[in-house]
Amino acid sequence: MKPLTTIRSRTAVLAHENIDTDRIIPARFLTTTGREGLGRFAFHDWRYRADGSPDPSFALNLPKARGCEILIAGRNFGCGSSREHAPWALLDYGFRAVLASGIADIFRSNALRNGLLAVVLNEGEHLYLLKHPGIELAIDIAAGTIELPDGGRFGFEIDAFARHCLLQGVDQLGFLQQHAAQVEAFESRREAEA
Amino acid sequence: MSAKPRTLLDKLWDAHQVVAETAATPGLLYIDLHLIHEVTSPQAFAELRERRLPVRRPGRVLATLDHSTPTTPTDDLGQHLYATVEAAAQVEQLETNCMQFGITLHGWSSEHRGIVHVIGPELGATQPGMTIVCGDSHTSTHGAFGALAFGIGSTEVGHVLATQCLLQRKPKNFSIQVDGKLAPGVSAKDLALHLIGKIGVNGGTGHVFEYRGSAIEALDMEARMTLCNMSIEAGARAGLIAPDDTTFAYLKPRPQVPKGDTWERAVAAWRTLRSDQGASFDRELRFDAADVRPTISYGTHPGMVTTLHAPVPAAKDLQERRALEYMHVEAGKAMTGMAVDIVFLGSCTNSRLSDLRLAAELLRGRKIASGVRMLVVPGSAAVQREAEHEGLDRVFRAAGAEWREPGCSMCIAMNGDLAKPGQLVVSTSNRNFEGRQGPGARTVLASPLVAAACALAGCIADPRDFTLAGTEQAA
Repeated sequence: MKPLTTIRSRTAVLAHENIDTDRIIPARFLTTTGREGLGRFAFHDWRYRADGSPDPSFALNLPKARGCEILIAGRNFGCGSSREHAPWALLDYGFRAVLASGIADIFRSNALRNGLLAVVLNEGEHLYLLKHPGIELAIDIAAGTIELPDGGRFGFEIDAFARHCLLQGVDQLGFLQQHAAQVEAFESRREAEA
Repeated sequence: MSAKPRTLLDKLWDAHQVVAETAATPGLLYIDLHLIHEVTSPQAFAELRERRLPVRRPGRVLATLDHSTPTTPTDDLGQHLYATVEAAAQVEQLETNCMQFGITLHGWSSEHRGIVHVIGPELGATQPGMTIVCGDSHTSTHGAFGALAFGIGSTEVGHVLATQCLLQRKPKNFSIQVDGKLAPGVSAKDLALHLIGKIGVNGGTGHVFEYRGSAIEALDMEARMTLCNMSIEAGARAGLIAPDDTTFAYLKPRPQVPKGDTWERAVAAWRTLRSDQGASFDRELRFDAADVRPTISYGTHPGMVTTLHAPVPAAKDLQERRALEYMHVEAGKAMTGMAVDIVFLGSCTNSRLSDLRLAAELLRGRKIASGVRMLVVPGSAAVQREAEHEGLDRVFRAAGAEWREPGCSMCIAMNGDLAKPGQLVVSTSNRNFEGRQGPGARTVLASPLVAAACALAGCIADPRDFTLAGTEQAA
């Protein structure tokens, strides 16, 4: 995972609540054995009409949404399945951060493990961002701040370890492997008890 | 030693904590059983290969094929009729991975193949007191046995394969206390939908449910699995039920449970797996089982539910209005009478023998409505065998339903079993998201009994309007 320290981008807004992982990437695109190139399936059935042409009314298809790296989404984003294809698809599409007033547990965990910043905002801040699509934000992960174009600032909290991993690009499997001796000891102790 | 009363979750967590969490780092949680399937594991094995790592405890991994697999019989040459070449390649990849990493695969040739959350309990691989994970959100199912079981992503699948551990912070405790008795014809599925309707699809975020109370204790194991399965639809990663004599009776004959003295010792230990008197929960909810009626979904998430004859609630916002439009549902009108195209009986929620029996009871001696297609997909090869032994396959076929090979099928609709745009599916599965059962498909979640009634009537219908064949005079 590459270190992620700051994100500066305009926002794209999908205000719908409960955007589930089937919406983020429909299950029929999960018959892959890789994790690359899934951006073309992101929000597929929302982005494209039945005839395969882009739906011009979908927020992310608007010209102003092009190149936006910050997605402001409605409450309970990422509910549903555990598919890590969801953050893979969003990252490959070009997003670096998802901000919402609630994010489903498994999605959030998957996102953060892949370097997609997933932040839960309070209702007031969230509403402000929903109502001001396209504004440029500067997110500082170390400081835990989101700077608005007018100089205003929102603070945010994410898990200390998740933040450390994002900032340093920590390899979590490597981190786990450093505890091999403790795992051995745990297994031996349990075997002795059995 | 601290005498602080602990919840069931506390006990399970403490027993598996290899390294305790701190403010700076999550804890290391040891995983007893790792279930894998073809869809969410290939990227994890690729990671292992890249790093030249072995699977640390292959004996703790149970693999099967369920999501991408066809539910149609093989062709004349014995070939499986995959929907796409990608699906076939994904299955082959898991076969290769299991072979190369020394993992037992309940694949095509296994008499135990089936939906991962059906076969774990069937084999007795799922046991009380365990930690169980799978790259699948419905891993919550196994909590019915008093095991801490939750879904993980593919990166974490790799972590468990390589280290048998996960980096985790402990979730909060949420007690769901249900006392009283469920009315006849009201099932665990109705109870689950009722609960999600009450607390919402994110009501359990950050928490683990513990289902308690006399109504829960009265449920058999398959009903408990249905209830725990749906915990994730309320946002809770896991649901728990303390193991009891019902649990032990279910497990005792299963092939992978301890035998003889070891069994007795195991049961004695399992009996301690319950929340202590006075243990504190972060949140609590209580309701009476008698308040639960046959419940179905009317919208595009599992929290948009109503009882069979009740008027569909008015849309609270633009989004709910859009959901009603998508579903072709009118606020203020009951769902009953709405035309049905497909009935799907299956999924890790409702594909076990008791589910099939309930539906078959109603269908026995009757025909499903013309123009309705009904797919019955047993959860596993074992369920399929037992159902055929009882003649349930003949009941379904005689009624005009399709009797399929086991798998996830139309629940996730990635194997070729899917609805056409606009079709209405009454489904015993767990998710009614837009497009879940095919682009443009409309899903109504229901219990097996309600699903069977809908198949007979050709529209959303109440099973209580049908008397059971041969029992007209009874009860």
